[in-house]
Amino acid sequence: MKRSDDAVASEGARERARDDLRRLAGHNGEHSRRGDHTVGNGATAEHGTTAEQTSGGDLLDREDRANLLLYMATMRAAEERGLTLYRQGKVPGSFYDGCGQEAISVGAAYALAPTDRMCILHRDLGAHFVRGVTPDRYLANYMGRAGGVTGGKDGNMHFGDRGLGCVGMVSMLPDMALVATGMAMAFKVRHEPRVAMTFFGEGSTANGQWHEAMNLAGVQRLPVVFILENNQFAYSTPNDLEFAVDPVERAHTYGFPGVTVDGNDVEAVFESAQAAVDRARAGDGPTLIECRTMRMHGHGAHDDMSYVPPEMFEEWSQRDPIDLYSSRLVSDLGFGPEDVDRIRAEAAATVDEAAAKALESPMPDPEIATDGVFAERWEALGDGKAPWSRWTGEHNGNGRTET
Amino acid sequence: MTATEMRATSLPEESSTREMTYLEAISDALREEMRRDETVICFGQDIGAFGGAFKVTDGFFEEFGAERVIDAPLAENAIIGAATGAAIEGLRPVCEMQFADFISCGFDQLVNVAAKLHYRQGVAVPIVVRLPSGGGFSGGPFHSQNPEAWFLQAPGLKVVAPAFAADAKGLMASAIRDPNPVCYLEHKGLYRNIRGEVPEGEHTVPLGEARVVREGEEASVIAYGSSVHLALEAAEALGEDVEVLDLRSLCPLDTDSILATARKTGKVLVAHEATRSCGVGAEVAAIVTENAFENLDAPVRRLTAPDVPIPFSPPLEQSVLPQLDDMKEALRELLAY
Repeated sequence: MKRSDDAVASEGARERARDDLRRLAGHNGEHSRRGDHTVGNGATAEHGTTAEQTSGGDLLDREDRANLLLYMATMRAAEERGLTLYRQGKVPGSFYDGCGQEAISVGAAYALAPTDRMCILHRDLGAHFVRGVTPDRYLANYMGRAGGVTGGKDGNMHFGDRGLGCVGMVSMLPDMALVATGMAMAFKVRHEPRVAMTFFGEGSTANGQWHEAMNLAGVQRLPVVFILENNQFAYSTPNDLEFAVDPVERAHTYGFPGVTVDGNDVEAVFESAQAAVDRARAGDGPTLIECRTMRMHGHGAHDDMSYVPPEMFEEWSQRDPIDLYSSRLVSDLGFGPEDVDRIRAEAAATVDEAAAKALESPMPDPEIATDGVFAERWEALGDGKAPWSRWTGEHNGNGRTET
Repeated sequence: MTATEMRATSLPEESSTREMTYLEAISDALREEMRRDETVICFGQDIGAFGGAFKVTDGFFEEFGAERVIDAPLAENAIIGAATGAAIEGLRPVCEMQFADFISCGFDQLVNVAAKLHYRQGVAVPIVVRLPSGGGFSGGPFHSQNPEAWFLQAPGLKVVAPAFAADAKGLMASAIRDPNPVCYLEHKGLYRNIRGEVPEGEHTVPLGEARVVREGEEASVIAYGSSVHLALEAAEALGEDVEVLDLRSLCPLDTDSILATARKTGKVLVAHEATRSCGVGAEVAAIVTENAFENLDAPVRRLTAPDVPIPFSPPLEQSVLPQLDDMKEALRELLAY
C-alpha cells in the first residue's frame, strides 16, 4: 500500500511516541497511581480532594516543584502585565485571564509527554507556558501584533502554537472537547501511545457538544483527558443555575471515571492528571477531572463581578494557589523562603523582558488579512515541551530557562 | 447513455473505463482512495456493517475493518468535530451526513472550527463532508434540502457538486487529497438515475474547474448538480443551440469559464435546485454583470426553487423544484429576448 507524504511525515512523531511508551513502561512500577481514582464521587468535600490525600509524592523531584511554582508565577505575572496593557489601551477588544486558576493548567499540562496534544482554553495560560510558548508571544497576541502566536489573525487567548502540539480554542464552548476527542481517535486508529488533553469550564457542561464529546470518547474508549474547571460562575451564572447534578457525576454514565480534586492545589491537579494520562496511554480510555476553583477576576476585564457574594470572594482569597504552594514548599517540601522568593522574582523578570519584546513587535501588515484562508498542504503539528522529570533526557531540558 | 452524457464524459483515451452509476462512482472513489492511502477513513452514522443509509459504503467494513470504517453515534457535531481533530493528527476522514439537511446539527464544528483553523493558526483540516442532497422523492422539509449556499458564506470551506458519474469519482478523489475541509454535495436524485463511463483506478478532477458539457452559440445555461441534466434535456428537446456549463465546483468558483460562456453567447440562465435568494445563481449573475455587462444581450436570468421549505406532497414538491418544462420555458424566454 502506498502512503501519502503526510502519512510518512507523521511517522517520526509516531516513533517518538513509541519511545515515550517504552520509557513510561520503565517507570510504571514506582509511578502508577491508576487505582487511586474515585468514580463519580458526589460526596467530595467542598474543595475536593485535599493535597495531602493526593500528594505528588515521588512523582515530582525538587526541580519539578520549582517548575510548578515558576509556571504558575509566570502565568500570574504575565496576566497582570496583560491587564495593565489593556488598561493602557494597548489591547484591542477585551481581556480575559485565569487569575486564581493557575494550578489547574500548570498541574495538568505538566503531566504530558512531548508527543501528546492539547486544546487549551482561555483560563489556561499556564498550559501554553508548560508546552513552550514564551510570554512575549502571548502578550503580543493580545495586542494584535505580528509577533503574537496568530500574527494578528486572532486575538486574546484564541491561540495555539501548532509547532508545540497545540490547537487553539474557538469562542464556542466546549467545541474543543470534540477536537481533542478526534485527535485521540487518530491515536487509537494508529495504535499510538499518545494522549489528548483539553479543558472546559463548568458552564460548557450544559451544552450539547459536551455530551457528544463525552459520549463519543466513552463509546470509542479514546485516550483523552478532560479537565473540567469549576470556577463557580459561567460569566455571571452560578452553579445552581447551571446544572442540577455536579457534572463530574455524569462521567461514569459515559463509561469512564470522574474525579474531583482541589483545583487550587497544583500537586493534586498534577497527580490526578498524570494518573488519567497514564490510564489513557495504557488504552483504558478517558477520564473526567473536575478541578474546583474560583475565577478571581471577572469574565473579562469589562466585568466588575458584582454578582459574586463578597464572603465567597473573601473565602477563596484565602486559598490563592500560588501562595498555598509557596507556603507548602517551605513548610513541607524542603524549600527555603529565599528559594520561593527567587523563583517568583525570576517569573517577574521574565515577564518584564517579555513585555518589552512584545511592545517592540510591529503591528501586522494589512496585506496579510486575506492570506491563508485555504491550506496548500497538510503539515504535522510539532511536539510540545514536557518539562516533567519523567520526560527529561533527549526530548527536553527541564523547561525552566525557556519560560 | 444519452448523446449528451457521452459528450459530457471526455476521458483520456488510454484509460480503461467501466459503466457505473453516480452512486457506484462515489463508492469507487472512496474505495480507491482508502486502498491508496491508509490514512483515509470513513466516519458516519450506520456506515459500518450496515453499509450506509444509501449503501455508498457497502462492503467497506468487510474490506477495511472497524478501525477505518467507523460507525458514529447520532451526533453530527461529534462527527465533524472529531474528524477535525483526527485530520489535524494526520488522518483523512470522509464524514457522511446521512442527509445533507443534518449538517445543520454539525454546523458549529464545520464553520467555526474546521473552516477557520488554517486562517487563524495555520492548521490544515483535510476532511470531506459527504452531503446527500436534493429533493424529488417526497423527502419533505428535512430530507430534501440543497444547503450549498450556507457553506459559501463560510470562508475556508471548499464546495463541490458533481453532476456526472466520472466527475463524482474524480471530485471525490480530489476532495480527499485536498488539505482543506471540502463539502461534497451528492444529489440523491442522481444516485441511481445517472450512469456513465468512469475511469478505472486513479481518477481525479481538479477542484475549481467548470466544464462545458454542451457547446452552443445562442445562450448559456450555467448549472450544477441535477440542474445540469435538466438543462441538457431541455436543450435537446428544444433543438436550440444552447451551451451548458457544469460548474462542478462552487468554491473555488471557475470565474474564467463563467465569463467565457457569457461573453460567447451573450445570454445567461443560471439554474439550480437550491432556493433563490443569495444562492449560487445570485453570485454567478453578479460575476457576469460586473465583468461581462457589455457582452450581454439579455438580463441574466435565474431558474431556482422559490424561497420556501421543500414541501412533502408530490404536487407541492413538483411545483417548487424546477422541472423540465420550467427549464424549457426559461430557455425559450431567454432565447426570444
